[in-house]
Amino acid sequence: MDRQRSLMLRCLLLLTMVMGAMANAQTGSQLRFCIGSDPKTLNPLLVDDDASDTVRYLTGGVLMRLNRSTQQMEPELATSWQVSRDGKSISFVVRHNVHFSDGTPFSIEDVAYTIEQLMDPSLHSPTGDAFRSGEGKITTRILGKDQIIVTFPAPIAGVEKLFDQVAMMSAHSTQKEKAVLGPYYLAEDKAGYYLLLKRNPNYWKHDSAGRQLPYIDSVRLDIQQNRDIELLRLLRGEIDLIDSLDAEYYDKLAAQAPKMVFDAGVSLDAEQMWFNQVPGSPLPAYKKAWFASTNFRRAISESINRDDLARVVFRGHARPAVSWLSPANRFWFNARLTAHPFDPTAAKKMLAQDGFYLQNGALHDHQGHLVEFSVITNAGNKYRERMATMIQQDLAEIGIRLNVVTLDFASLIERITRSFDYEACLLGFVNNDLDPDSQMTVWLSSGENHIWNPAQKTPATAWEAEIDRLMRTQASSMDVNKRKQAVDRVQEIAWQQEPFLYLVNKDAMSAVSTDLHNVHPVVLRPQVYWNIEQLAKGREGPDH
Amino acid sequence: MRIDPFLGNSARQLSRLIVKVAVVLLLGGFLAAMLVRQAPGFGVDEEELDSRLNQQSVQALRRAHATEENAGRFYLSYLGGLLHGDLGVSLSLHQPVRKLLSERFPETMKSVALGLAFGWTAGLALAMITVMFRLWLVDLLTTLLASLLLCIPAAALALLFVLTRAPGRLALGFIVFPKVFSYARNLLAKSAALPHVLTARAKGLDSIRIMAWHVLPVAGPQLLALAGVSVSVAFAAAIPIEVLCDLPGIGQLAWKAALARDLALLVNITMIVTLITLVVNAAAEFAGHPHTSSKP
Amino acid sequence: MKIVRVASILFLTVIIGAALAANLIAPASYAHQFRDLPDAAPSSHHLLGTDELGRDRFARLLYGTRVSLTLAPFAALLSALLAGLIGGTAGFVGGWYRSFVMAATDLFLSMPWLFLLITVRALLPLNISPLASVVITFALLGCLGWAGAARVICAEAQVLRNSEFILMAHATGSSGWRLLWRQLIPNLRPVLFAQFWISVPIFILTEANLGILGLGVAEPLPSWGTLLGELENLTSLTAQPWRLVPLVLLIVTVSCFHLVLQKEELWTVNEV
Repeated sequence: MDRQRSLMLRCLLLLTMVMGAMANAQTGSQLRFCIGSDPKTLNPLLVDDDASDTVRYLTGGVLMRLNRSTQQMEPELATSWQVSRDGKSISFVVRHNVHFSDGTPFSIEDVAYTIEQLMDPSLHSPTGDAFRSGEGKITTRILGKDQIIVTFPAPIAGVEKLFDQVAMMSAHSTQKEKAVLGPYYLAEDKAGYYLLLKRNPNYWKHDSAGRQLPYIDSVRLDIQQNRDIELLRLLRGEIDLIDSLDAEYYDKLAAQAPKMVFDAGVSLDAEQMWFNQVPGSPLPAYKKAWFASTNFRRAISESINRDDLARVVFRGHARPAVSWLSPANRFWFNARLTAHPFDPTAAKKMLAQDGFYLQNGALHDHQGHLVEFSVITNAGNKYRERMATMIQQDLAEIGIRLNVVTLDFASLIERITRSFDYEACLLGFVNNDLDPDSQMTVWLSSGENHIWNPAQKTPATAWEAEIDRLMRTQASSMDVNKRKQAVDRVQEIAWQQEPFLYLVNKDAMSAVSTDLHNVHPVVLRPQVYWNIEQLAKGREGPDH
Repeated sequence: MRIDPFLGNSARQLSRLIVKVAVVLLLGGFLAAMLVRQAPGFGVDEEELDSRLNQQSVQALRRAHATEENAGRFYLSYLGGLLHGDLGVSLSLHQPVRKLLSERFPETMKSVALGLAFGWTAGLALAMITVMFRLWLVDLLTTLLASLLLCIPAAALALLFVLTRAPGRLALGFIVFPKVFSYARNLLAKSAALPHVLTARAKGLDSIRIMAWHVLPVAGPQLLALAGVSVSVAFAAAIPIEVLCDLPGIGQLAWKAALARDLALLVNITMIVTLITLVVNAAAEFAGHPHTSSKP
Repeated sequence: MKIVRVASILFLTVIIGAALAANLIAPASYAHQFRDLPDAAPSSHHLLGTDELGRDRFARLLYGTRVSLTLAPFAALLSALLAGLIGGTAGFVGGWYRSFVMAATDLFLSMPWLFLLITVRALLPLNISPLASVVITFALLGCLGWAGAARVICAEAQVLRNSEFILMAHATGSSGWRLLWRQLIPNLRPVLFAQFWISVPIFILTEANLGILGLGVAEPLPSWGTLLGELENLTSLTAQPWRLVPLVLLIVTVSCFHLVLQKEELWTVNEV
């Protein structure tokens, strides 16, 4: 009898603990972190800034999701999908019994509606533009209660990955974009202060135990631009994570709270420099000749000590960059390539081939012009300012005088996209997409983002023509190996010709409170909360 | 019926003031529009660098600023809207300017009011103490204090407040204080050297009485002028403090608008600041008017 | 007080002397990067340690003193003179002229001059020398920094206009520019000195902030403003207190300026 009573008491205690855990996990827990500014838009189809992207990720329901950890596509609202052999269409089978946050049922009409809205050319949606593979309309055809086919005018390589950014909107709800299918909905928007997202009561996902996800009840996004203050707040426990941490803050935090910091390894981002090769730019002819010379660019590249940049500026949390694709992009990166060596002697030889010579320690071109040029970069980014200063010293070793000019971003963009009144530019490339097809406008010579010489009517050089051909080949091919070959070759050409001098790939670093569970920081963004539904807070998390 | 000459004079002065404010305001808005429009980076959007956008979308982004291409035409259209209470739309934040200003203005007013109150209380009090006691040690210490606050960058000051969990708004007071103190000390010291003050001191009046009855009134008009100027100083200081402490006031809005070359926002903010400056300085002049005499 | 003034003069002399002799005193070039020693603590080789790029802080402080101590007082003087001239004449002449000038001053105070500065940068060549860039920056600051003080000076001039010694000077035949120059300006000195004294550190700090527009001092030339910019990293100051040295130096220098210039100005009777 005593044994039975003892057993009953233990079961009761266990039940109480489990219920307490469930209660704690389901009621009252709040995740807090900072975003740099108010979202510019809450329309998921028009997202083009980080803050809006964060809100979309947390509230939007997508047909399929790129698992940031495995880098593979996974079904979400679509239970399955199929890309046609010619790559011109994709069909989806969608889930049943799913409702928007306001209770409106989700149906195949909503998928058709969303895609029609997205592909409206007058919307100029950045997400929608990624789908525009050619001239002609993008059409949708509903095949049944749960199946739809989307047809494109031309094949789109890697089309399924693009749907990771397409949040479904309701065709029928009166709340418009406020009715969502994601784990959270926007409950409060206090402009300039914070956004409060609350759990979607109609969220369709459940865990293996049948508990409705997400575990965390609400997410508060505080508007905080100052990174020092953000770090302070994390240390004080006022926020739970910093999704993207700079090298300097990583070291500071690691010294104080080593368990809070994570370095997931090299990210997709690159810091790079390029020379202005626009023929119509207001530069003197002799400088245009310098920048157009492959030998000159290669020489500059090999005069830059990338190891020092990674070690000194990024405190070892970066590595010399090789190509426009980072090693973190495991499939597409051309692993046969290595970073350009730091070899000032070889650099001087290359310059000598073009007729450059040293006189009283200063480099001159074959016409006697002193080799002096400026590099512009955006003010306020201390890492870029430091890199530019280090490159200034590196180039001084070979007799080149580099002037570092920091400009506010608007002035800088005007110079590199409109007036072309600049000589060299140092900027970073933030890459959120694994598929190289996303960089078509950068590599096609006719592209607006072919930044060293944009919007060319015909390719200015043979190697740019070759890159055009290769990029079009990979864009129109469904054979992934053929695409890989083409992209590898583009990387080789870029390595040889150096229109971009790739400097470093930064590491993907983040910081997380020890109170947060199920955290597995990754390289792709969002680095920490990519598995937001699985995150739990407190001691009563699902794995305690 | 006879009109009281004083009332008549006041009415004339008031009407002149209103005309002056209106003219300066209109001119200020126009000059702001011209400055912003001519500055490099106008009409440029960082979204243009998004590699996903096709050519048509990039062109559409560039066309979005078409209505602002001609600053004069934009300004006339803006004035037309202003008559109907429409302050325009912020192209960078995609929201009506009126909504943005009404949300953020109270925030800045709180900061400025607190900053001025603290800055003036501390500044004037210390200036008076320095002048009253005429001790070199007091002068040295107050000089060092004022120097310290003048030399600390606003960013460091803001961060210090966050570190110590003090309200960020108070940082404004620490920026206003050394300026008020410096001018006020010199003005009061100069007034304290006037013959009638020396006479009062010789006759044995205590320092506090001398300060209250003989020094302050004489320096009154200049101090009032300084009060007017300090409002401009406080508004200017609000920009870095709000940006650094993430206080969502119009200072932060002005900075974001400046970086984005948001013409509608900047013209509105300039006109608001101009109006406040004019009104405050006019009030200071009016208050100081009967006291423009050095007689004790 | 005399001892304090003498000490201040001596200090300023030492500072200015050290800055002028930077070439001889500095242990290394202000630009040289000792890349194996970034963020190093003070040592016998690097008296104030090194910065984040391994550059000797002491050398950068010496050369930065040269830049800031020359140009900031020059800009402050310029703004004080402009304030004195514009505010002084407005207050002295009075009437519609005063109203017009003060209205213009209020307008000047409200304008977003940031865009003028951005435009000036756009007009300058990208390859302008760091020295030319910083001279232009401080000249601009001097030209733009007068408006606040002008108002105070105008009010002061208005009071002085009706004072007895001015009336007496009038009575003895003094008028116009002579009256302005011999009687009014000397009595505006306290306010002008206040303006000058405040402006020096403000311009030093503003010059650093103008880096965001491409103005100010360009790398690798140091200035006090850029050195003070490190204070924004406040959380690391407890671990690296030597970073406070530029701040301490600036505070002491500015205080010395005040103590030297103040003299007996504050306590003298009006001159006739």
